[in-house]
Amino acid sequence: MSGIPHDHYQPNTGGERWLHRRLPIVGLLYDTIMIPTPKNLNWMWIWGIVLMFTLVLQIATGIVLVMHYTPNVDLAFASVEHIMRDVNGGFMLRYMHANGASLFFVAVYAHIFRGLYYGSYKEPREVTWIIGILIYLLMMGTAFMGYVLPWGQMSFWGATVITGLFGAIPFIGETIQTWLLGGPAVGNYTLTRFFSLHYLFPFVILGLVIVHVWAFHHTGNNNPTGVEVRRTSKEEAAKDTVPFWPYYVLKDLFALAVILAVFFAIVGFMPNYLGHPDNYIEANPLQTPAHIVPEWYFLPFYAILRAFTSEVWVVQIASFVTGGIIDAKFFGVLAMFGAIAVMALAPWLDTSSIRSGRYRPMFKWWFALLVVDFFVLMWCGAMPAEEPYASISLIAAAYWFAYFLVILPLLGVIEKPARQPATIEEDFNAHYAPNTGGSQTLVKPAE
Amino acid sequence: MLKAITISAALALGLTAGAVQAAESESHVVDYDFSFEGPFGTYDSMQLQRGLQVYTEVCSACHGLRYVAFRSLAEDSGPNLPADQVRAYAEFYEVWDPDLFDGEGDFRPAKPTDHFPESAMNNAPDLSLMAKARAGFHGPYGLGINQFFRGIGGPEYLASVLTGYTGETREEAGAVLYENTAFPGGWIAMPPPLYGDDVTYADGAPADVESLSKDVSAFLMWTAEPKMMARKQAGFVGVMMLTVLAVLLYLTNKRIWAPLKHRTKEGDTA
Repeated sequence: MSGIPHDHYQPNTGGERWLHRRLPIVGLLYDTIMIPTPKNLNWMWIWGIVLMFTLVLQIATGIVLVMHYTPNVDLAFASVEHIMRDVNGGFMLRYMHANGASLFFVAVYAHIFRGLYYGSYKEPREVTWIIGILIYLLMMGTAFMGYVLPWGQMSFWGATVITGLFGAIPFIGETIQTWLLGGPAVGNYTLTRFFSLHYLFPFVILGLVIVHVWAFHHTGNNNPTGVEVRRTSKEEAAKDTVPFWPYYVLKDLFALAVILAVFFAIVGFMPNYLGHPDNYIEANPLQTPAHIVPEWYFLPFYAILRAFTSEVWVVQIASFVTGGIIDAKFFGVLAMFGAIAVMALAPWLDTSSIRSGRYRPMFKWWFALLVVDFFVLMWCGAMPAEEPYASISLIAAAYWFAYFLVILPLLGVIEKPARQPATIEEDFNAHYAPNTGGSQTLVKPAE
Repeated sequence: MLKAITISAALALGLTAGAVQAAESESHVVDYDFSFEGPFGTYDSMQLQRGLQVYTEVCSACHGLRYVAFRSLAEDSGPNLPADQVRAYAEFYEVWDPDLFDGEGDFRPAKPTDHFPESAMNNAPDLSLMAKARAGFHGPYGLGINQFFRGIGGPEYLASVLTGYTGETREEAGAVLYENTAFPGGWIAMPPPLYGDDVTYADGAPADVESLSKDVSAFLMWTAEPKMMARKQAGFVGVMMLTVLAVLLYLTNKRIWAPLKHRTKEGDTA
């Protein structure tokens, strides 16, 4: 499966040979788990396993929750309370599922920013990147619909506001919105279809995850140097790589155990930290909550949505040119989806011949600013739509687009890259210098 | 209709967010100490029983507890009432049973398997989840991290409302509003429910307004989160086991990588 030369599965016993001739499934699993992996991967390469674990956790807890949940506007809220009070361990299942969504997004943002820094999106891994973005979009849809299911106040009003965004699309907006909701406003038909899709999407994600893994197993992993594994012979490839099992399985499991310890501390001791108190009030279409805020993982893009008001000159120009078809609201929606679209286009916007940000002296700073920008947007998204937050949101949103549309293309032309190691082996040996005798080598952790 | 809801939601989003912040700064929530705060805090069964008594004799006149079953009063991590007392307590309440009278339905005394009734008054909210539906604390710096030690401040908010009446009243659209230092906006429709010595505690605990308020707030925290003890225990066991597992995996990982990282000579994997 991999493009990196390595030993393939050899059926040794008669039974193995019999099965292998008919279905080479053991070989597939063997080659997947024994894949040659660059031996210089640092701790930012653990998030993939965390994400896979979280997906399984969400599906497993979700399937049990469905056994006790009732998707009906009159019964949903009470059925969640039934889970919390009467179902054995139900309170843990629900709190793990709700906080699992947050763990999912913590991991996916770390995973995405790792890819952006080390140029994991670049040739030949563009397809891996695009599939990753699709998974991220599906995750957002799944999380949004999942938050509607408990049918609390924030569920109902969040659904009303977010589906209202689609209503901003000119001409066909209201039709699309009605189609999404299943009726003229958020109601029982909305709840049942969100429930159905919330159950379906994770399995679509699972399928895309398999393709995502397949794609980078074919191209080989990226690594902190961005230098490719040597592939001319098995011996040379072996100098740059280690098999995934046991080296990275154990490293990833260690990281996972640490992260899950923090996760259990949150679930056990402050499970409602990331939720909204208002969602413990049953949905009431006649009473708008004082403060409608999306979940924290939507806040950066929510801030971009709100940043483009009718006072912004770009919006005014767009409105003038299109004869008012693109108003401020629709512009905000376009900006929100555009913010993810420009990220998806990164492989083609980045003109640098160097893959890893480690050897790009100017890029490093612009990237660091992008990370800060992301947190500034997150903070703005939680704040009321008034000054100074509106201006800060606008500047931060502008930088997000500038990074992808201006800085990435320009840097490749003007930046003078630093020297990068010729091989992964050289990088690894630079971190873990061989003993020249005597005392133990001082080991520097890999980044 | 659709547009109206969207617009009102957008307005609510933009406008009231600021108002809420303003109201929050006005409302004053006292940080009362409760036995169940922090990772190892537990409910005090005696306090929950006193709180149940305050609820029964005062609050239940208007407010319901629709999600709480009488049988849960016997849980030892909760009020821990003996089974016969739970049965006797439930019989004070009348519930509608649609199966009686050959399907015509009739009232009958409640059994432990029944739930508390719903609110008797339309504008009196159900109290089952009130302690989780209100947050008194967001600190430090709005991050809310101190929830880890103090909870989200729901019971503190409830106790602060119960003790926060200033005695001022005003009339608005035919309804009397009472000034309250903890309630967002400062004016609440609920008349002051507690005056001190409203109930007589069997255990002789103090029955001033503040003690009564704290007791009933603790009880309402329990009705909102009856499995809090089990949850904290599961969290603690999880953290402990994962810490041990992490240490073992760390050592295993170190051992496995050692030959690659500590070579004696170039290319020699000792």
